[in-house]
Amino acid sequence: MMGKLTLDELRALRERAQQTIARRQTAEGAAGEIIVGMGTCGIAAGAREALDALVETLNQHHRGDIVVRQTGCMGLCFSEPTVEVRVTGMPPTIYGRVTAEVARRIVEEHVIGGRLVDDHVYDRPATDLAPHLRAPGK
Amino acid sequence: MPYSQFVLVCAGTACDSCQSREIYSRLTAAVRSQGLEGRVQVVRTGCFGFCAQGPVVKVLPDETFYVQVRPEDAGEIVAEHLAKGRPVKRLLYGGAGRAAIADIPFYQKQFRIVLRNCGVIDPENIEEYIAREGYEALATVLTSMTPEDVIEQVRISGLRGRGGAGYPTWKKWTFTKNADSDVKYVICNADEGDPGAYMDRSTLEGDPHSVLEAMAIAGYAVGAHQGYIYIRAEYPLAIHRLEVALRQARELGLLGRDILGTGFDFDVELRLGAGAFVCGEETALIASIEGHRGMPVPRPPYPAVRGLWGRPTVINNVETLANIPVIILKGGAWFASIGTETSKGTKVFALTGKVNNSGLIEVPMGTTLREIIFDIGGGIKGGKRFKAAQTGGPSGGVIPESFLDTPIDYESLAKLGSIMGSGGLIVMDEDDCIVDVNKFYLEFTVDESCGKCAPCRIGGRTMFNLLTDITEGRGTVGHIEQIHTVAHAMQKASLCGLGQTAPNPVLSSLTYFGEEYRVHIKEKRCPSGRCRALVTYTILADKCIGCTLCARRCPVNCIRGERRQPHVIDLSRCIKCGECFKACKFGAVQRS
Ligand SMILES: Cc1cc2nc3c(=O)[nH]c(=O)nc-3n(C[C@H](O)[C@H](O)[C@H](O)COP(=O)(O)O)c2cc1C
Ligand code: SF4
Ligand code: SF4
Repeated sequence: MMGKLTLDELRALRERAQQTIARRQTAEGAAGEIIVGMGTCGIAAGAREALDALVETLNQHHRGDIVVRQTGCMGLCFSEPTVEVRVTGMPPTIYGRVTAEVARRIVEEHVIGGRLVDDHVYDRPATDLAPHLRAPGK
Repeated sequence: MPYSQFVLVCAGTACDSCQSREIYSRLTAAVRSQGLEGRVQVVRTGCFGFCAQGPVVKVLPDETFYVQVRPEDAGEIVAEHLAKGRPVKRLLYGGAGRAAIADIPFYQKQFRIVLRNCGVIDPENIEEYIAREGYEALATVLTSMTPEDVIEQVRISGLRGRGGAGYPTWKKWTFTKNADSDVKYVICNADEGDPGAYMDRSTLEGDPHSVLEAMAIAGYAVGAHQGYIYIRAEYPLAIHRLEVALRQARELGLLGRDILGTGFDFDVELRLGAGAFVCGEETALIASIEGHRGMPVPRPPYPAVRGLWGRPTVINNVETLANIPVIILKGGAWFASIGTETSKGTKVFALTGKVNNSGLIEVPMGTTLREIIFDIGGGIKGGKRFKAAQTGGPSGGVIPESFLDTPIDYESLAKLGSIMGSGGLIVMDEDDCIVDVNKFYLEFTVDESCGKCAPCRIGGRTMFNLLTDITEGRGTVGHIEQIHTVAHAMQKASLCGLGQTAPNPVLSSLTYFGEEYRVHIKEKRCPSGRCRALVTYTILADKCIGCTLCARRCPVNCIRGERRQPHVIDLSRCIKCGECFKACKFGAVQRS
């Protein structure tokens, strides 16, 4: 990692990080990401098993272009483990009650087949505030 | 073959009753008859948290949100919207009324300030936090605001403490700022001991930097250079994420010496607590950090002027702090535009108990319990009847059905005899016994009392014994009088909030569910069947068809009877678990 930041460097780092995320989510070639909710509740409900199954199935299909990442709790504790899928050509989707079996279906049906996995789709609970937090002067 | 459009139909438990199955099949049929089945996929989804407007249908990728959809509307949605690309205007959600939060469109019931990054960013990667304007509030504060400016924005925001008491944050900060001392401290209270509460844990696990950034801002505002996070050792994942976050923030010079080259120094250390409820009380917490036993001491002096190692100390809750960066970036006035007259912003709740969609939710202050439980929460599990909601845990109280429409804020909850508390929200249904629930809370406070002062130590035990008598059939009218006397003494004479508030749940339940106590005492009967000493299970011979189901379910094998012959319970061995009562499909098992 880089050394201590100055103010300008913080803002430059923000630009770069935003671009990296945008690229990861949309650009051709980098086909997308799968984000697993790894809070205490998610892990207790089997998020690690889901994560393992995602990675394994992606490997089987040689989909190294899909990044698997972790995040905290989305708040949908009744439907843990939860997983968000963002891949080119599909709307960002949140899945709940993702067992290892559902995780495999997510890779095969959603990522590869371009179909949503019926009966496991959930809605994001709230509007994202971050785009409305633009730094002053921007 | 990939699809290009998706129709999501809410199939949550609550919407099910209102025809979503029918809508799903009509949509599927219409898609087929229009020849769109290669292009459009119809999908069933979990609850949208919008049940009052249900059934809900959402079309992706264009994010069209249809509400109160009827099965007859399916054809039009497919023919117009999916085939011709013309959304069906009359079914669109207008977002009337609630869409007014400053410049942000929000159609959901929830609004996330504290949880803005939870479930979005990788909490172990500081760059993802920075990408979402992380540390920009700290940068703004250090480069273009005076400490007075910062406190002024917090004052305008109306932010009040989320740890339970609701004290205005700007006042605390001002006391510490004005206190004369060359060394001051900022403490983040992450002890979170209420049963059923896990808001702070989730916030720290999902977005640790927001709290670190806020602590540095608080440090700048009050003139402190050292912060401590007091967190219980039972939260290993949150601790791990905080350690990673601290390391990354120090590496980038966002904590430590000369932050962002501005000359301001601030660092944070973790202090692990052993998980005693009383250690969440601020003076006990300070004693614990200093290496003493976690016991409260009388206030004043308040920690804001004489706290850690005798120095002025700001103590704030995790959730209080997580609001701070947003208040700085959006301005205090923006924050104050959300919520009610006296309570601004949002509140995070851990919604648990007999509700379908349990989870961590964040809503604007002033949202009603009905919206929380029946819309976001999707209603009561198994179609049972709502009985009461408990807020504020062992210091709070119950809220009955008649007050479900009260917009909740600090004042309205206090008026109902409960408190906002830290955010535990436990839903009870008709199967819960109010006396039994209160016995549970008292057992908790008796266990957790530090024992330093008599009113709490002896009073709590006495109250617990009184309730036990009532649940075991030894209750008299005198018991209720005695509860009131002991409660009064505890409230008046206990040293800290634990003892002062311990009687609250019982008192509030006596107000709203006095009849249930009376039935326990006078009729020696527990209507919900929870108090085992007060119930007997018998099998009505004329209703029993001898299906043997109950006998097979009974864990102690105390039901006898031949197939097709009436069965009999051996009461001397019955442990009153109620399994037979639940199992019998013919109503032959009687609970009395
Ligand atoms: C018995 C008892 C337990 C408490 N537990 C907590 C706790 O777990 N977390 C917390 O933030 N505040 C807790 N408090 C409240 C704290 O004493 C203090 O008021 C709070 O941390 C102040 O932060 P705030 O102004 O941001 O709410 C507790 C109080 C009492 C009396
Ligand atoms: S009220 Fe209870 S917890 Fe508080 S100091 Fe007294 S004995 Fe200890
Ligand atoms: S209540 Fe439980 S123990 Fe008693 S008879 Fe029924 S199943 Fe058996």
